[in-house]
Amino acid sequence: MSAIVLEAKGLVKRYGEAVAVAGVDMTVHQGEVIGLLGPNGAGKTTTILMLLGLTEASEGEVSVLGKDPLRQPLEVKREVGYLPDAVGFYDTMTGRENLVYTGKLAGLSRKAIDHRIDAALERVRLGDAGRRRVSTYSRGMRQRLGIAELLMRDCKVMILDEPTSGLDPQSTHELLELIQQLASEGITILLSSHQLDVVQAICSRVALFNKGRIGFFGTVDELAQQIGRGAFIVDVEAGGIDLTSLAQKADGVASVAKVSDGVWQVEATRDVRPELAKIVVDAGGSLRNLDLRRARLDEAYNRYFTEVANAA
Amino acid sequence: MRRSGSPFTGVGAIALKEAADHMTSARMHMIMLLVILTALGAVYGSIGRLRDTTAEDAYLFLKLFTVAQDPLPSFAAFLGFLLPLVSIALGFDAINGEFNRRTMSRVLAQPIYRDAMLFGKFLGGLIVLAVSLLTLWLLMVGLGMLFLGLPPSGGDIVRSVAWLVVTLAYAGVWLALAIALSTLIRTPATSALAALSVWLILAVFWGMVAPLVAGVVAPVDPLEPASILNSFEWRQAISRLSPQTLYGEVTGILLDPAARSVGPLFMHQLHGAVIGSPLPTGQSLLIVWPQISALIAAMLALFTAAYVVFQRQEIRA
Repeated sequence: MSAIVLEAKGLVKRYGEAVAVAGVDMTVHQGEVIGLLGPNGAGKTTTILMLLGLTEASEGEVSVLGKDPLRQPLEVKREVGYLPDAVGFYDTMTGRENLVYTGKLAGLSRKAIDHRIDAALERVRLGDAGRRRVSTYSRGMRQRLGIAELLMRDCKVMILDEPTSGLDPQSTHELLELIQQLASEGITILLSSHQLDVVQAICSRVALFNKGRIGFFGTVDELAQQIGRGAFIVDVEAGGIDLTSLAQKADGVASVAKVSDGVWQVEATRDVRPELAKIVVDAGGSLRNLDLRRARLDEAYNRYFTEVANAA
Repeated sequence: MRRSGSPFTGVGAIALKEAADHMTSARMHMIMLLVILTALGAVYGSIGRLRDTTAEDAYLFLKLFTVAQDPLPSFAAFLGFLLPLVSIALGFDAINGEFNRRTMSRVLAQPIYRDAMLFGKFLGGLIVLAVSLLTLWLLMVGLGMLFLGLPPSGGDIVRSVAWLVVTLAYAGVWLALAIALSTLIRTPATSALAALSVWLILAVFWGMVAPLVAGVVAPVDPLEPASILNSFEWRQAISRLSPQTLYGEVTGILLDPAARSVGPLFMHQLHGAVIGSPLPTGQSLLIVWPQISALIAAMLALFTAAYVVFQRQEIRA
């Protein structure tokens, strides 16, 4: 297991009587891409602000790269980059000038800034646009400029809030590729997003925030299993039998649902296709199709919030 | 709990960026053009008047700043009236503008304390004001030498530089007010209007309000001569709540070496004095020291208010 870069224990944030974060525990290792999910007001952004030392925790402890964001905020912010939702830049300045400014705030020398800016802008494909005013940038270009800023600062941890929101599919794809590359280089990434397909595509684990707490923290497969569904979903098409009761006999099957005449969806904790094929044949049915797919985050997420979280 | 690092980390970068932004903004160019044009008009008028009385005036160079020719007011009076506008233009969107551009959280995510943001904004504004005032002052000195044909004396330079520093403090009061309002009010247009309202009240209406309030608090009794003085002192005290009054009093003393009081002058105060003789600059400064202190205190109080509000704000945009 790689080194722990971020650890939160019993993190609480109160605003007067209102509790925004009601006890968050989280451990993140180097090179992980963590998806921070949950409805608006669930406590994601407040948790991010506490991790950055931008707001003070009412209770609990946080450690980012072994440092306390509240006592050593400058040291933490030197290593942690934050790309806010709908990131803002100074429109009258060029992309380069914006980066020079933040480079100076980060305490980099002018020589280092110039050297790093070129590399960072090239990496996010803004090499040519860097000398244009930011007012001429599209939403996607602004997001990429934000990533370039974090690259320039050589951050070890990146916190990205809705980085793909408003991007076209091509830009989204490129940004996700970049995030995966950064993770493979050992950079730890926390990604807050409502785009669950994006999160599933790149995140190693997800944290589901609900009412100020992390209700679930793990992989998508683990989430699917926790909410009573298997991580493996088999779509079965067969004739001459009723699979609804028969399929339950197979070991590992969590649930069977009839989708339409002759079509069932079987959720299991493992790949149960051989057992299902045998059941259909043994019962005298005719097997027409047997498709396996992994649990989808959007399905698991919706089920979690409609069934598990609300019940809790 | 003690935090590591200096709260001033990044102040220089923010201040220089702010100063550069202001210097290149169309808003600032327009206001400075207005100030320069009115200043030139005032100087032209004062030079015209001074030429007629050159032989009679002892403090010719200093009078460049204070002599008016109808219908134009003096250069100092122009500054007293227009400088708040420049300061308000520099500060009305200092903090709320960062929130509206959504740059606040990105900038504060850099390794700096939020103190640096406020200090940098204030310092950047002060740099612009100092550069502008110095330019105007040099322009005045140059025009004075060119048209009057007389160089300023060392004493004139010392007095006018002291006045320049106080003018910066006066502008600083309005800058601090504008920044405080930009911290309190999230919409830049509303904070600009609020600052302009305060300016209008203190610069235009306060002169009417002060005698009215003084008349109520300390009415003049025709049978009691001391009540006239009492009422006058009340009026003066109330009018000194306006930075413009304080600045006007400082200007009157610093730019006129013969002036000995900002209030009523009694005979016993003139005992031993050679009427019309100039006071040393140090003595003139001592006379208006309370006014200078009040201007600096007002600036610090407003900045502190902005600081406290800003430190307690939630940074999400």
